[in-house]
Amino acid sequence: MLELIDTYWLYFLVGQYPEGPLGGLALTIVLSGAALLLAMPLGLLLGVARVSPWRALNVPVAVLVHVVRAVPLLLVLFWAYFFLPAVTGVKTSQAATMLIVLVLFDSIYLAEIVAAGIRALPKGQFESARSLGLGYGAALRHVVLPQTLRHGLPSIVNQLVSTIKATSLGYIIGLSEVSFIATQINTLVFTRAVEVYLVLALTYFILCFGLSRLAFLLERRLQRRPAAQAAGIMKASVR
Amino acid sequence: MIVLDKVNKYYGDYHALVDISERVDQNEVLVVCGPSGSGKSTLIRTLNRLEEIDAGRIEVDGRDIHAKGADVNALRAGIGFVFQHFNLFPHLTVLENCTLAPVRLGRASKGEARAYAMQLLEQVGLAHKAGAYPDALSGGQQQRVAIARALAMRPPIMLFDEPTSALDPEMVGEVLQVMRALASQGMTMVCVTHEMGFARDVADRIWFMSEGKILEKATPQDFFANPQHPRARQFLADRRRD
Repeated sequence: MLELIDTYWLYFLVGQYPEGPLGGLALTIVLSGAALLLAMPLGLLLGVARVSPWRALNVPVAVLVHVVRAVPLLLVLFWAYFFLPAVTGVKTSQAATMLIVLVLFDSIYLAEIVAAGIRALPKGQFESARSLGLGYGAALRHVVLPQTLRHGLPSIVNQLVSTIKATSLGYIIGLSEVSFIATQINTLVFTRAVEVYLVLALTYFILCFGLSRLAFLLERRLQRRPAAQAAGIMKASVR
Repeated sequence: MIVLDKVNKYYGDYHALVDISERVDQNEVLVVCGPSGSGKSTLIRTLNRLEEIDAGRIEVDGRDIHAKGADVNALRAGIGFVFQHFNLFPHLTVLENCTLAPVRLGRASKGEARAYAMQLLEQVGLAHKAGAYPDALSGGQQQRVAIARALAMRPPIMLFDEPTSALDPEMVGEVLQVMRALASQGMTMVCVTHEMGFARDVADRIWFMSEGKILEKATPQDFFANPQHPRARQFLADRRRD
């Protein structure tokens, strides 16, 4: 196995880069990271819209949530990659398509987490903020959301971990992320599938387990120092 | 200061407030009492528009607060509201609870807001808890902070919605003491409460409510010595038995 790693490590890490586009593990990390960064603020906005009292806002978001939740990510990926260009005439790259689909799915799931958190907060919190004269937005921002995000942290991390794993679906549309590269390597060496896919599995495990440990540590720190900082940290990460 | 004119409210078919026309004067301490479900909380919550009304008018300082397009936030900033369940913000310290609204609404700089909040916390006897989080406080302490938080906006009117009902009996006194001090400073107050001792000592007037109507309005002396309405008599008899 060492010899295998020794031969292909660079290909595994970055794909054909710099001769070709960035691929491999680097692409997987860049894609997940970008998807998370874009989906967090979008999910927050959609979640707030979902529980807002204005029908013009909450109905479209509710429809979007129900549709996206009921369709497999893979199918949307097919649609986005094969169907949309046929209709619009604009061809998007595999990486861009994957990113858009990931952001769409992520932000919808995050929106549901945010919305559930807001609904679960005692009504008195919002009422007392409003009774002091704070507007709807200020009450959300300073009173409701800091508490919601803190309580929702475990679910949010869950979602982030599943985003990392979902990038592997890019394989289907020929995106040269790390699973695709692993398959390529497997074709090259042919007889060592077990080892190749073991390395791939380990790679995903380290990424995802690392992220959830990080989140666990963050959560513990928040618990020790009550939530004022929690609000700050979450706000920072949301921005 | 507060004028109610033929105020009506329904929850579906249920007539929660029936044709209420009354007024509360400046510097007056008004106690609203009555059996549960009589509409007391609904009434006090309409005064800062936490509840909407279906008909009638409510004026505070000459402003129709239920008018379409009224600036609800500006209006609420001038009316302190104290809840039965305190509703302190658990993610903020006691001091931050008291400075959040004045700072965010541009009423004071951070420094001014802190100084005034500390003065108020001093008044309610909790200056030493300024840096603590609400869950480290007893119920009575939380409610005193909630009063300080409302006062931090310097409202000319304070509304209290059963401020001692969620408290253990031994903590009721400390909250009532703060309310008494406020009343003696001339604060205009509307208090929904079951504390008849407080009503007798502090109130200028008492409204007795039942089934969405104000059945009796009287001074505490008249109300306790000589209640007119049979329901009021019944209510007082039940209270004495407790």
